[in-house]
Amino acid sequence: MPFILRRVGFYLVAAWVALTVNFFIPRAMPGNAVQSIMGKFPNLQPSAYHALEAMLGVGHPGSIWNQYGSYLVDVFHLNFGTDVSQYPASVSTLLGETIPWTLTLVGTATVIAFLVGTALGIVAGWRHGGALDRVLPGLMFLQAIPYFFFALILVELFAAKLHVFPLGQGYAQGLIPGWHWDFISSAVYHSLLPALTIVLTSIAGWMLQMRNVMITTIGEDYVIAAQAKGLPSRRVIFTYAARNALLPQLQGFGLALGFVVSGALVMEIVFSYPGIGLLLLNAVTSNDYPLMQAIFLVITFAVLLANVVVDLIIVFADPRARAREATR
Amino acid sequence: MTAVLPISAEPAALPQEDIQPGRWRRMPPKAKVGAVLLGLFVLTAIIGPLVTPYDPSYQNPSPDLSLHAPYGAHLLGTTQSGQDVLSQLLVGIRLTLELAFLVGVVATALSVIVGVTAAFLGGVWDELLSLVSNVFLVIPALPLLIVLLGYLQTKGQTATIVVLSVLGWPWGARVMRAQTLAIRNRDFIAAARETGEKTWRILAYEIVPNEVSLIAASFVNTVLYAIGASVALAFIGVTNLNSWSLGTMLYWAQSQQALQLGAWWWFVPPGLAVALIGAGLVLLNTGIDELGNPRLRDATSASRIAGRWLRPADPTPVLAEVSQRRGRLAGFLHSFSRSSLLDETQRGQH
Repeated sequence: MPFILRRVGFYLVAAWVALTVNFFIPRAMPGNAVQSIMGKFPNLQPSAYHALEAMLGVGHPGSIWNQYGSYLVDVFHLNFGTDVSQYPASVSTLLGETIPWTLTLVGTATVIAFLVGTALGIVAGWRHGGALDRVLPGLMFLQAIPYFFFALILVELFAAKLHVFPLGQGYAQGLIPGWHWDFISSAVYHSLLPALTIVLTSIAGWMLQMRNVMITTIGEDYVIAAQAKGLPSRRVIFTYAARNALLPQLQGFGLALGFVVSGALVMEIVFSYPGIGLLLLNAVTSNDYPLMQAIFLVITFAVLLANVVVDLIIVFADPRARAREATR
Repeated sequence: MTAVLPISAEPAALPQEDIQPGRWRRMPPKAKVGAVLLGLFVLTAIIGPLVTPYDPSYQNPSPDLSLHAPYGAHLLGTTQSGQDVLSQLLVGIRLTLELAFLVGVVATALSVIVGVTAAFLGGVWDELLSLVSNVFLVIPALPLLIVLLGYLQTKGQTATIVVLSVLGWPWGARVMRAQTLAIRNRDFIAAARETGEKTWRILAYEIVPNEVSLIAASFVNTVLYAIGASVALAFIGVTNLNSWSLGTMLYWAQSQQALQLGAWWWFVPPGLAVALIGAGLVLLNTGIDELGNPRLRDATSASRIAGRWLRPADPTPVLAEVSQRRGRLAGFLHSFSRSSLLDETQRGQH
């Protein structure tokens, strides 16, 4: 069985674990979710009790295995139930409205941070002890600051005081979302500061990791041999050292995606960006359990999918793996 | 004729200061800065709550003391409702460090138990436990934390500690497993087995003591994760907002618009405290890394080790993957892991 298929198998197991955990959380927790929702919304009729039970799947008829089965079927059909706080919108509609925002902004910012950080790491590793090594402690400090704290200070500085960037939101008020220039330019303009904060806070991690792997790789015999042969530095750096140092970096990228997504959730809360993170915050503050659980599932699946892509890139980038796949 | 080099002499023959330069002096400078920084905060956490000038929750009704800038009686100013920021900070550092420390202890213990047992038992158990830790590594933690804490009716300190610990062990378990695999086949373990030592005794007295430095690094990482996660969770508002931690301070400062009102003394100190604690932990960890891998050290500054000035050393220890024999089920489970690819390609070459 090819490597990539087996990896997909692993991600399917991970997805199933996430689904199962998600199913058992409301059933294993102390207290009654339905009652807490009824308490939170006093204008709900008592008859809504059973509707809520059905929605949350708490007082479901049938054994727990029957419930589990119908839950899996529902998720498979992307049926996450009806929303509590924004009734009667369905959870899937709300998700559909917010996911593109998050995906575009967070995806772009993460890829930029990864590329720039890796490039800087290559330079820092090659010129070990040079100017870039001196800025490393500063970058590490930037990484240690709580993300939202850093972002809020940037908002205060660039948006509130200097008026260079907008204060938040995804686009200027009064615009109707669509594929026209006014809206797109406004959306891009509004995404600049959030993207900048993500890039600035995550770049140090990529850079440090790449630098460390580069330093180890440069010490390998084949790199020294390449230098001894008198090959131009550029060729030694990119074709000999960086190329091999990139593989651990890519594996780290896959593992770090979960953290990246977590940071992005907080970013949207700071900037009131109309993505899935803000939706999650609203779900938490209004005890909207169905929405909370659906968002958890969506984020998990997105991370798993991104991991599959990373594995594909690894297979493509590692000649040993490629050769292996070809001979099968 | 053999020339006796001072290097190969008996350790006892060397001058005293050469063999006992003290652990502190041998530490890389980054680790020293980190340790001092952390020490200061730990000291603050211990003494701070005893010397708070005011009750952190006491709301001074005087309108003059609402959002007052720092001055003599309130060294870090006051909040909107006239509470003393310095008192909140002193109590908050204690609560945040306490939580992070407890999560660090519990999660690291879990990761040692899982990692060491997996590597030591080997076979199906190893692959099964590795699979579980890989699955929990790939599932994003923060959304799961939010959902879990969202369902809890009582969002106290204990609940946060339990939930953070339950999700904080997989990374450490991976590291511990790799190290145990490397140690497992050493001679002294074989000797212990031959003399009829019980498995739990080998684990507790032979293997774990040899992994202390790695456990320390894993602990530092977990504490870092716990601080970041607990502050983020408090900022989102899913922890107990009536207690004073650095996270809840930031939550109240943000929700009452401290920055927009120009009250930097309310917003900056807790954030800066978190940043400095985090920076201390990161520095400490990089220092530990550099201790293990001399090449990562700053190339311009040769370090003074055992009384001699040394440039970063050339040879880097390469951690060879210990080859294992796997049963059929274990091999099947292993084939789903990312590392299986490298194993296979290496085997293919031979």
